[in-house]
Amino acid sequence: MQNHYPWWKYLVIIAILIPGAFYALPNIFGDDPGIQIRGTRNSNVDTELMQRVTETLQAASIPQKSAALDLNSLKVRFENTDDQLQARDLLRAELQGEYITAVTLLPATPSWMASLNARPMYLGLDLRGGVHFLMEVDMEQAIALAEERYVADFKASLREEKLRYRSVRNQADIGIIVQLRDAKNRDQAEDLLERQFPDLVINPYDDDASLLVELGNTTISEIQRFAVEQNMTALRNRIDEIGVAEPVVQQQGNSRIVVQLPGVQDTARAKAILGRTATLQVLMVDEEHSVDSVVGGVAPAGSKLYKMRDGRPILLKKGVIYSGDNIVDAAASIDTQTGSPVVSLTLDAVAGRKNQRITGQNIGKRMAVVYSEQVSNPRLDASGSQAFDADGKMLRDKRNIEEVITAPVIRDQLGNRFQIEGLDGVDEARDLALLLRAGALAAPIEIVEERTVGPSLGQANIDQGFLSVVIGFSLVLLFMLIYYRTFGIFANVALAFNLILLVAVLSLFQATLTLPGIAGIVLTVGMAVDANVLIFERIREELRNGNSPHASIYAGYGRALTTILDANITTLIAAIVLFNFGTGPIKGFAVTLSIGILTSMFTSIMVTRGLVNLYYGRKKLKELSI
Amino acid sequence: MDFLKKDTTFNFLGYQKPALILSTVLLLIGILSIIFRGLNFGIDFTGGTLVELSYKETVQIQDVRESLEDNNVQDAVVQYFGTSKDIMIRLPVSVEGSSAALSDKLTEILREKIPETVTEGTTATKAQQCVSATHTTPQDCHVQIKRVEFVGPQVGDELTEQGGLAMVYALIGILLYVGWRFEWRFALGSVVALVHDVLFTLGIFSIFQVEFSLPVLAAVLAIIGYSLNDTIVVFDRIRENFRKMRKSDSFTIMNTSLNQTLRRTVLTSVTTMVVVMTLLIVGGDLIRGFSFALCIGVLVGTYSSIFVASPVVLLLGISREDMLPPAKEGANADLTP
Repeated sequence: MQNHYPWWKYLVIIAILIPGAFYALPNIFGDDPGIQIRGTRNSNVDTELMQRVTETLQAASIPQKSAALDLNSLKVRFENTDDQLQARDLLRAELQGEYITAVTLLPATPSWMASLNARPMYLGLDLRGGVHFLMEVDMEQAIALAEERYVADFKASLREEKLRYRSVRNQADIGIIVQLRDAKNRDQAEDLLERQFPDLVINPYDDDASLLVELGNTTISEIQRFAVEQNMTALRNRIDEIGVAEPVVQQQGNSRIVVQLPGVQDTARAKAILGRTATLQVLMVDEEHSVDSVVGGVAPAGSKLYKMRDGRPILLKKGVIYSGDNIVDAAASIDTQTGSPVVSLTLDAVAGRKNQRITGQNIGKRMAVVYSEQVSNPRLDASGSQAFDADGKMLRDKRNIEEVITAPVIRDQLGNRFQIEGLDGVDEARDLALLLRAGALAAPIEIVEERTVGPSLGQANIDQGFLSVVIGFSLVLLFMLIYYRTFGIFANVALAFNLILLVAVLSLFQATLTLPGIAGIVLTVGMAVDANVLIFERIREELRNGNSPHASIYAGYGRALTTILDANITTLIAAIVLFNFGTGPIKGFAVTLSIGILTSMFTSIMVTRGLVNLYYGRKKLKELSI
Repeated sequence: MDFLKKDTTFNFLGYQKPALILSTVLLLIGILSIIFRGLNFGIDFTGGTLVELSYKETVQIQDVRESLEDNNVQDAVVQYFGTSKDIMIRLPVSVEGSSAALSDKLTEILREKIPETVTEGTTATKAQQCVSATHTTPQDCHVQIKRVEFVGPQVGDELTEQGGLAMVYALIGILLYVGWRFEWRFALGSVVALVHDVLFTLGIFSIFQVEFSLPVLAAVLAIIGYSLNDTIVVFDRIRENFRKMRKSDSFTIMNTSLNQTLRRTVLTSVTTMVVVMTLLIVGGDLIRGFSFALCIGVLVGTYSSIFVASPVVLLLGISREDMLPPAKEGANADLTP
């Protein structure tokens, strides 16, 4: 009678369950220890590299399981972790400076499956171990730096047009004030600046001869956008230098950046490298004035007093010859003659020519390399708690650390390659080279949140999570079987498919699985049977009311349907709110909960009905095993 | 198998007075506790630093505390976490505590005592590797970092605000949906039940000063979902019975509906409770608070769907007329030109 499905409904069920099972399958293969090799800016990952890696490994008789190229990396697999780590040391030495070599776990999914986008679930940091940073870009500083640049640009433009100016300065909280000689001069300057900097707001100011230049909202938001983008790029470069297999760098909100480094163990070093805002400037040493006469007094015009690393004062001429932006490459090494650590620098063409000219004119004089780092700490009030201004914004104290790393005598005309000496040790040389190479940050960043999970805890979380799923699932299966007998079996089959579908959807979309996410799966298992309980109780009720088994099944499914829909949609509303609010692990929970609700509606309604129809559909029934 | 052979005829709504008094008293205690004792917010909300370390051998809390104090780390709360080899150190946001560098300082201080330095591993192990004066080849560190959490004060404040907002948004969304699918009295009844459940759970967390962390907040939002599920099932049956049982009054209809859905309410609570207990027992320390919140939520959610949601709807004066589908002809007549 009523209880059979048209053939196409079975087809729909099969068309969902079979791909579901297929996409859930990659999760059972586990991982291979592997090495991921990625190119830097001036190296390509290609078959040539693959050949080179294979030959290097063969020469050292380290067996590799397989090697494969993908979009931007070479992935080499090994039988065991000992081979993997030996290979890492070997390849690091071989490819140093050209490629980034990082150990990682590579999913052991067969390649034909991987080519169909079947991949295992993407584990969150709380499961695989690693570091999560939330960083805030100091926007005030970004804007201040941009204003400094405008000041220099204005001066250059005015000079070029031979417009004499008295001063161009950046007045905090007001804007950039350009003072000219007279009103006529001012009008000319206004025309000029408006033509050259159409985005700025330029108005006469105060007296007849001054202009006030303000950035305007579009320019400010542009600067902010640019600051975040440039910082993300700089962070990516720095992360590359640390050697992480699958780093994540993402913007969050207007001024924040999320950085995730799976598998990183030495978080202190990672933090130090990511957080620093270091730049390098090269200046000439002022040889005309004696340092001693200046210490404690005023530096002569055009010069500024600096300190060497050991604290000795040194007088440098203002005017940067070139800066960190001009540095193309920097590598740490040991000087073969002196045995001391050095950093070898390569400059771009412009700075190279300048370097050549200046060093050519100044042989015998000294040139100084200044390392400057911006340190920014939250300001604290008298009671030691965080201080805020009237608008509720955090106040910060900024400090510029400026040190002269070295001030060698220029012995020869230099070109676009030279060395910095006078470093404390190999480690320092390495870190400095790294920072120089990685580029400067557009504005200081501060870590506002850190979550680190050690590798052992990550594994423990996986184990406990997995155990919870297994035990919770088994108990529910047992309960349903005892309570509903044959119908319990239908419900259990549906529950198993629900779990498979849930895993398949998570794998297919590569949603991040976190520990709360696993909890969400466990909870879904408990709640998914609810729909079947509703249906089965309804069927029993119909039977008690004296209806025939077939009529009861029909009415049970039909009547329970709206209830199930209403109940699940409201739960879904809560889950979606949770998703929008959530960060990291919480989002993982919301994701598994929402997907679980959707898959469970399908399995507990359509799949169980399909099974019931298949089993009872053509039989004449006296009673039901329910 | 069936745990109830016959249909029950409990007079649930007859207990609405004692139930409402009980709920009010319990909630009052909870609210007073929240006001005067407050919630024991974790560092997710307050900001601060948390470091979980695992030692190779048993470690004395006193030693750890002393070495921290010797190095000018003040206000550190040091306690065992699980075993006598695992310790947890918490630091509030303070003078030197406002930066992410603090956790590094802590581990550095504790490693200095060994002494050892972290390095890159050369053997296959899921542990951090260290070198020391006596072991120049890397081996597993004596002090293993299991977990570090640092939350800046601004992030904590935002989370607290967002958490509160999320709850309000969820309630508004539910109010609208239930109002649309049923009737405004039902919407109000379900939201009162949800607020009841949330306040009750928060009250328990406040009274017993259980740490309120981010996962617990997620659990509270999940409770909203779960409890609602229960309530909706009951409401659905009430709606159906209003159309079927034309001779009965609202009181009888609602009581009958509660009895008819009782089996399902109990069964679903049992299966959910089974998995939540599993999580609580084997899920591990990190999600203990989360599982605990769910545990309370499932119990109170089941209770509220019977003893809070329906009585509120009844008190708001629901009648059959409110539940009849709107007269279709009238509506269509307006549309026809």
